[in-house]
Amino acid sequence: MIRNFFFIILTIFFLTPNLFGEEKAVLKKQEWDFQGIFGRYDKPTLQRGLQIYQEVCSACHGMKRLRFRELKDLGFTQEQIKQYAETFEITDGPNDLGEMFTRPGEPSDAFVSPYKNKEEAKAAFGGAYPLDLSLLTKSMKNGPDYIYSLLTGYEDEPPKGFELPEGLYYNPYHDGNVIGMPPPLYDEAIEYIDGTNASLHQLSYDIVNFLNWTAEPELEKRKSLGIKVILFLLVLTALLYVTMKEIWSRIKK
Amino acid sequence: MAKKFKNKTLAWLDYRLPIFSVLKEALVDHPTPRNLNYWWNFGSLAGITLIIMIVSGLMLSMHYVAHVDLAFDSVEHIMRDVNYGWLIRYIHSVGASMFFLIVYIHISRGLYYGSYKSPREVLWWLGIIIFLLMIASAFLGYTLPWGQMSFWGATVITNLFSAIPLVGDSIVTWLWGGFSVDNPTLNRFYSLHFLIPFVIVGIVFLHIVALHKFGSNNPTGIDITLKEESIPFHPYYTIKDLFGLGVFFIIFGIFVFFLPNSLGHPDNYIPADPLVTPEHIVPEWYFLPFYAILRAIPFKLLGVLAMLGSILILFALPWLDTCKVRSCRFRPIYKQFYWIFIVNFFILGWVGSKVPEGHYLIISRICTGYYFIHFLIILPLLGFFEKTLPVPANIFKEHNKKK
Ligand code: HEC
Ligand code: HEM
Repeated sequence: MIRNFFFIILTIFFLTPNLFGEEKAVLKKQEWDFQGIFGRYDKPTLQRGLQIYQEVCSACHGMKRLRFRELKDLGFTQEQIKQYAETFEITDGPNDLGEMFTRPGEPSDAFVSPYKNKEEAKAAFGGAYPLDLSLLTKSMKNGPDYIYSLLTGYEDEPPKGFELPEGLYYNPYHDGNVIGMPPPLYDEAIEYIDGTNASLHQLSYDIVNFLNWTAEPELEKRKSLGIKVILFLLVLTALLYVTMKEIWSRIKK
Repeated sequence: MAKKFKNKTLAWLDYRLPIFSVLKEALVDHPTPRNLNYWWNFGSLAGITLIIMIVSGLMLSMHYVAHVDLAFDSVEHIMRDVNYGWLIRYIHSVGASMFFLIVYIHISRGLYYGSYKSPREVLWWLGIIIFLLMIASAFLGYTLPWGQMSFWGATVITNLFSAIPLVGDSIVTWLWGGFSVDNPTLNRFYSLHFLIPFVIVGIVFLHIVALHKFGSNNPTGIDITLKEESIPFHPYYTIKDLFGLGVFFIIFGIFVFFLPNSLGHPDNYIPADPLVTPEHIVPEWYFLPFYAILRAIPFKLLGVLAMLGSILILFALPWLDTCKVRSCRFRPIYKQFYWIFIVNFFILGWVGSKVPEGHYLIISRICTGYYFIHFLIILPLLGFFEKTLPVPANIFKEHNKKK
């Protein structure tokens, strides 16, 4: 009796995390390729995501933990990566004369952030800070769904009676329903190289996939190793169980 | 003694340094009650998890840099550049959660079967000391990646010392090595985080010495008197522990490979920023019940004392529980209160993750009160009023009855 009581109470607590209702806009949950035990990244999706980052987000947001060489996971060849890296200008040095100089990027370099430091970035946006996107999906609760909802959740007209402060945008998914980032994506915001129709949904979906990859580049390796390890452990544990039964049957009850 | 080993070299060495006979006595011959159930697997699991933590921690420490400007980046370097670095780090961070899960179950087992009662009080104390050291180690370790929760968690917890009258603020400054949580704090936290697990190893050793003095308790809670009631540790319990280990590794593996961040707080992937306070500062799940007790009480000093007291009270448990019968099997009333206590503890954990306002505050106060009432009123009184069931003379009697 008491044990059932115990489990009932536990289920109530785990199934209703917000027992006393803390309201927030409900996230638009998406089916992500990378979810689940067999989750994988889709290379064309990631490539489109890179294009969006490159053409839109990189104007304001950095991606400092990503190295060009890592782009081989998206299906690019060494040669393509080298050429791509060379389009970036990297500040290096000091040289023999003690001076800093710029040189074309190499595959081992990381992406260059648009602002020199946090202060400069903040100054450009009146105090709002366009954070580095490298780890973004991991650093937020339900990261992928949240970012998708945020990017597709801008509303042109705030609800009646809502005072929209100057220079901010209405977005019910962000804290306080306002955000300092102008809507970065909209239908046909960019023209995809591979010709995919660039709807707002498609753009948001692709960039979130890309961001999840930059946050968890090890995901595919991790999951495929995990499947092998768990299968091995299941067999091993089954054998141990049989052995245990055999050994214990030696003692008379 | 020397005859114990057939191998000549081993016999020669053991005659001069008897570690092999000690090991043989502990892991092979040690007479163990034959009726132990699976709840007795968690002691060996805890020991193995401790070793896993030390080995993975040692590997992390080869790449980790304890400096406020570099710590976060060095952890990301481990995640991205070090070969299988993500595996090492996830084993360590998930491992900490698993360690607490196991030890909580291990302690609950002790509470249910009365393992803390005479003559095992010192064994029980050593266990609580291990638990306290684990708390310290996990808290210190959590600051190392220097994310937002690392920094703010460290700030909140070290600030608790300021509740001490008169000298509180000086103590906090001394702990920090400065006037805020900063580089000196990170450095000392790292060296202590490195040290404490080895101290735990030492205490675990004493824990086992104390255990072997009187042997394991068992589900009936009665003393083992007949020879036939025991079986040698090997092969019976070695294989059972190995099977348990297999099951544990499967669960551990599911978290490491498929849900590595589900037990942690996402804010810790944001580098520490002393100028930005996170919306809610919450500790890791395994501290939540104690965090709830801390925040249930409006006065800081009292809150700190209640939180400390909630663990320290366990030291007095062997005397607070006035009943001579050990196992819950023969204590029908205590059994009910045991489960209520466990539910109460879960509720504390759940409110610990909420902002202490409104309903949550009321719940946390009721549960905190009940936590202490359980130990200070219910347990002492039960010994006098509870009618325990007849206790069998030996474990076989009980066995037959059940069949
Ligand atoms: C015009 C500059 C600009 C562009 C372009 C831009 N952002 Fe932002 N972004 C910002 C600023 C500024 C903030 C900070 C907003 C705030 O804190 O109110 C921000 C914040 C964010 C946030 C954080 C929201 C939160 O909850 O804190 C996300 C996610 C984000 N941007 C994603 C993107 C993505 C993805 C793109 C590319 C499609 C992009 N941004 C393009 C300026 C920009
Ligand atoms: C009682 C055993 C231990 C416990 C409970 C423990 C707990 C923790 C925790 C909770 C973290 C933070 C994990 C994260 O979120 O990243 C951590 C990090 C760390 N620990 Fe331990 N630890 C233990 C033993 C050790 C040992 C023995 C060492 C070194 C020899 C060590 C070295 C480190 C290092 C270098 C980090 C920082 C890297 C990181 O955050 O991933 N740990 N530990």
